[in-house]
Amino acid sequence: MTTTDGPTADTSPDAAPATVRDLHLTDSVHSARDDARAQGGRAGDWMPYLPASTSPHCPPGVDRTSLVWAETVAPGGYTHKVLARGSRLRFDDPTGHACAHLLLFNALEPVERLNVADTLKIPWQAYLGVNHPLLSGDGRVMAVVTGDSSGRHDAFCGTTTDTWNQHKYGDSRPEGPSPSGRGLFVKAAAKHGLSRRDLPPSVSFFQGIRVEPDGALTWQGGAGPGTHVELVAEMPLLVLVANVAHPLNPRSEYAVGPLRVHAWRGLATGPDEERFTATPELHRAYLNTVDHCEARGL
Amino acid sequence: MATSQTEGFAPAEPIETVVNTYPTTSGGTIASTVPVGAVYAEGSALDWGASLVEGTVVLDEKVAPNAAWSAVVKQGHVLTIVDVGGNQSADCLLYDAADPEERYSVPDTLAWQGNAYVRTGTVLRSNEGRPLMTVVANEIDRQDTIGGACGKESNTLRYGHHVMFHHGCRENFLAEASRHGLGVRDLVSNLNWFMNVPVEADGALGIVDGMSAPGRRVAVRAETDVLVLVSNCPQMNNPCNDFNPTPLRMIVVAPSSPATSHDANSQSPSEAAA
Repeated sequence: MTTTDGPTADTSPDAAPATVRDLHLTDSVHSARDDARAQGGRAGDWMPYLPASTSPHCPPGVDRTSLVWAETVAPGGYTHKVLARGSRLRFDDPTGHACAHLLLFNALEPVERLNVADTLKIPWQAYLGVNHPLLSGDGRVMAVVTGDSSGRHDAFCGTTTDTWNQHKYGDSRPEGPSPSGRGLFVKAAAKHGLSRRDLPPSVSFFQGIRVEPDGALTWQGGAGPGTHVELVAEMPLLVLVANVAHPLNPRSEYAVGPLRVHAWRGLATGPDEERFTATPELHRAYLNTVDHCEARGL
Repeated sequence: MATSQTEGFAPAEPIETVVNTYPTTSGGTIASTVPVGAVYAEGSALDWGASLVEGTVVLDEKVAPNAAWSAVVKQGHVLTIVDVGGNQSADCLLYDAADPEERYSVPDTLAWQGNAYVRTGTVLRSNEGRPLMTVVANEIDRQDTIGGACGKESNTLRYGHHVMFHHGCRENFLAEASRHGLGVRDLVSNLNWFMNVPVEADGALGIVDGMSAPGRRVAVRAETDVLVLVSNCPQMNNPCNDFNPTPLRMIVVAPSSPATSHDANSQSPSEAAA
């Protein structure tokens, strides 16, 4: 059988608009195979770029051959990756409407995970910015913010739940128009053998929250299009990312824009770098992490 | 700056430590600086209080300083926690007793109410956004749920590596959680009853001197059957209690009349965000 077998679409001007059925010839295994293969190689607005070096959005100053992860995450989408120690991770918000909800796990021992309370308490600082460590509950630094042109981030509100999105948008299905961050984290975690039991509070980038004197949480929104955040992985990391509307986004519609993710090879922070001793707390967190990684042979 | 791991920070100043000695089987003694014992300073003011809500007492227990505690509080019952000695942080985790994978969530609690502090009326929400408990009475200005728990590993970041073998709330939580089939995967950010963690305008935050006093209380009503874990914080390194851990009293009552001051399900996210 050849691919010309079977019906062909009528392309004359007077013909009714072609249906999916008209455009795809799948009446046999071979025509189905050919039809599927003919769709390969297309580009979309939301997709991974493979290999990563082919990314059309390679961050400035980065050798594209060192890229290990390049992706544009759809609004309402999620992604996940295991990154080597020392990897550099960058989020870009091209429209000013992205919201990168982030969870980190020690890739080798996932019971070690991001601890938001320690991430705020230990550095004595609630607002994420350059040199802010993302700490585990085991007294170690998992990642550090090394670049930030946004300044609008949040470690208080976490991400959204199904309950929240059903209240606010009337729908929370992961495949629906307003998926919850937790629903997407559950999926991403499951792909690494983790369950909803393993999901602690998350942090988010690009949509800011500030605490008023009476404790009120005030929505700042984004900092406009074209901002980015960079992190360095100080241990092997399992990274889960959900790009969903921030829980306190006051807009009644589900407002979130695309999120770009890039990672590239690099070295973990060493004792000779200023960051290593930026504060007594960060210094000891680095000592604990280096100790852990040295013993692990990393 | 070229800095070796031993330079850049001066060696810690000599630390005042209590050295405990223990007899060994061979007749000698060994010394340890790991603090032990449920003791509080001689003459500490203690006020054991009573339930904040009228009702039939179904449980009344004392939690020793430094120790862990847990109980299932039935739907509709009210737990009063008494800060017997004042400024004693009661680190607390909540789980849906029927499905412990649903548990207390700091961010859901904060986002849903649009406020960083816990006060009367605060609905303590789960990681699924559902109400676990509601604060129905509170005798201090605000309760903390930002600061999280101490642990011997995280204490090394705060105070130095000499505190690695001190007791911490994370250890209490792990020990108590194991009695219910829960483990390290189940520890999340927690409540700190009677602890004070303000957030300044520039984002600076920290545990500061407490606003509680002997006998101050908080009362929380269970919105479903809730497993409550408490670590009576050892406060080995936190001066807000003068390094003097004191007891807690936990009283659960079946209320005489159903509390109706707050409907845990009435508040919507959009109202919270407005």
